[in-house]
Amino acid sequence: MRKITYAQALAEAMAEEMRRDPTVFLWGIDIGPYGGAFGATRGLFAEFGAERIIDMPVSEAGYVGCGVGAAATGLRPVVELQFSDWITIASDMLINQAANMRYMFGGEISVPLVLRAPVGGYVSAAAQHSHSFESMFAFVAGLKVVLPSTPYDAKGLLKSAIRDDNPVIFFEHKKLYEVEGEVPAEDYVVPFGQADVKRMGSDVTLVTYSYMVSRSLVAAEMLAEEGIDVEVIDLRTVDPIDEETILASVRKTHRLVVVQETWRKCSVSSEVAAIVAEKALDYLDEPILRVTARDVPTPFAPVLEEHVLPNEAKIISAVKRVVEG
Amino acid sequence: MDIPRETLLLMYERMLKVRHFEDRVKDLFAAGEMPGFVHLYLGEEAVAVGACAALNDDDYITSTHRGHGHIIAKGGDVKRMMAELYGKATGYNKGKGGSMHIADPSLGILGANGIVGAGLPIATGAALSAKLRKSGQVAICFFGDGASNQGTFHEAVNIASAFDLPVVYVCENNLYAVGTRQSDVRKIEDIADRGAGYGIPGLAVDGNDVVAVYEVCKEAVRRARAGMGPTLIECKTYRWRAHFEGEPDTYRPPEEVAAWMAREPIAPYRGALIEQGILTEKEADAVEAGVVAELEEAVEYARQSPLPEPESALADFWA
Repeated sequence: MRKITYAQALAEAMAEEMRRDPTVFLWGIDIGPYGGAFGATRGLFAEFGAERIIDMPVSEAGYVGCGVGAAATGLRPVVELQFSDWITIASDMLINQAANMRYMFGGEISVPLVLRAPVGGYVSAAAQHSHSFESMFAFVAGLKVVLPSTPYDAKGLLKSAIRDDNPVIFFEHKKLYEVEGEVPAEDYVVPFGQADVKRMGSDVTLVTYSYMVSRSLVAAEMLAEEGIDVEVIDLRTVDPIDEETILASVRKTHRLVVVQETWRKCSVSSEVAAIVAEKALDYLDEPILRVTARDVPTPFAPVLEEHVLPNEAKIISAVKRVVEG
Repeated sequence: MDIPRETLLLMYERMLKVRHFEDRVKDLFAAGEMPGFVHLYLGEEAVAVGACAALNDDDYITSTHRGHGHIIAKGGDVKRMMAELYGKATGYNKGKGGSMHIADPSLGILGANGIVGAGLPIATGAALSAKLRKSGQVAICFFGDGASNQGTFHEAVNIASAFDLPVVYVCENNLYAVGTRQSDVRKIEDIADRGAGYGIPGLAVDGNDVVAVYEVCKEAVRRARAGMGPTLIECKTYRWRAHFEGEPDTYRPPEEVAAWMAREPIAPYRGALIEQGILTEKEADAVEAGVVAELEEAVEYARQSPLPEPESALADFWA
């Protein structure tokens, strides 16, 4: 099959949806002729022009809020933040407005908004260009939170997001934009709430998502050489979360490691651990272990960042601890 | 400006409806019939009514925590409003929103909003949507003097002016943000002056003169619809009541309140209509009696309506 990058897959998803549905519009910073800070809208301006792709001023609350107002009045805006760290500036529009509107208004208004934003560290960008806030947004009732780990999922999940009638936060990882993978040229969607078992295994269940999927798969292959068979599950969407796939795997392996790039406290990994503790505790042979960032801001120097963020060695160590007991 | 008779009459009726709705809510809330909080629009009737009279039915508004007047001015159903204030299943939001969150998309009402300044980007987005859909619709964003100090004001007005969006920003300057006097936290006297910072018209108007509000909004809406971009309109007005019902009004001099109440908007307007031969005394009384009867019916409707089923708290969530 044809191989394209994650960034190209995102652009293709947007282009296909814009051709299919005239109510889909894009706006954000530098997404027009510039093509987006990470190239996710590259080539789109040539086809769709300024009528459909709008370069906004540096006003995150303003233009994300415009997305909310436009979504409430018949459009399907796909809004890009240049870095997800700045989602804090737009958070009222997402948390108090978009997430609440349909419910608060008694079902009278829907908000089919997609907010795309690059997350993640491992790029020596320090504490205001590296963080991943999916746990905060998964916590909010009324927002769906999506983190594709491959070009295939990037296209299929973004198409699902654009067709969804609810607000969707779509976090893309900076380390993945240039990664190539097989992506069908035709139309397809990846539904929300369906995790992907990336590697079948019998000894340990490893639940992860986003960039940590590829790092976990590398660790799993290294562990396989030592005779430890890891089942790697990519959540794809952390809200909704695919409980069934997690629980079925834990019932089989009796061990759980959760790997996530971001902070540990009150996070997606906490939620996964709680789900398993509530619904499959009797199946566990060992305590649940989590591999996460240390709870400090992401530092700049590579040696410091490496110390704070997860890596293969930390994943391998955790898996061995739950296997060896 | 030659204002059609039906518009003049509509403004009279709508102002009365706001006045009597709020008067009833004041008493019913004090009597403990409604849960939560209410922020009353008494004294500001001319702003919402004059502005909304300049709009078509399918034009948009965004409203505020002090929103009852906007909803009525845009044509909202007082029965469903009152039922919502009572937290009943027949309310606009089925009891999920209450006083601060009434929405009616069939009338272009994109919701009252409890976050000060949040309506500014949302109205701007509705205007952007109207422009992109080439629908010819206009949005009016109601907001207060307090909201004019939020960052969302700057971001939204800048976006709208940069793209000539069809939106009219109607600032209700009632001099106080909760208990803080605006002159203590803002250097300039007229919020309208801020329009210059965005290269758009900024006009200050007597917010207690419904005809003046209507005329300035009508022109701003015409410009917006014609693709000439947004206008900032500051309506100088005053709320008769404290920020919310039950709040001790310790921060406003009683003589200031009395002076503004003496400048109330409805009686002089009624006098002018009678003087101009638009209405007779008797007809004016009949309009008011009709409004009072409609509101009595709304209160009874709200009282008699069922409470929501507890399980309905989990409905209307995902689309």
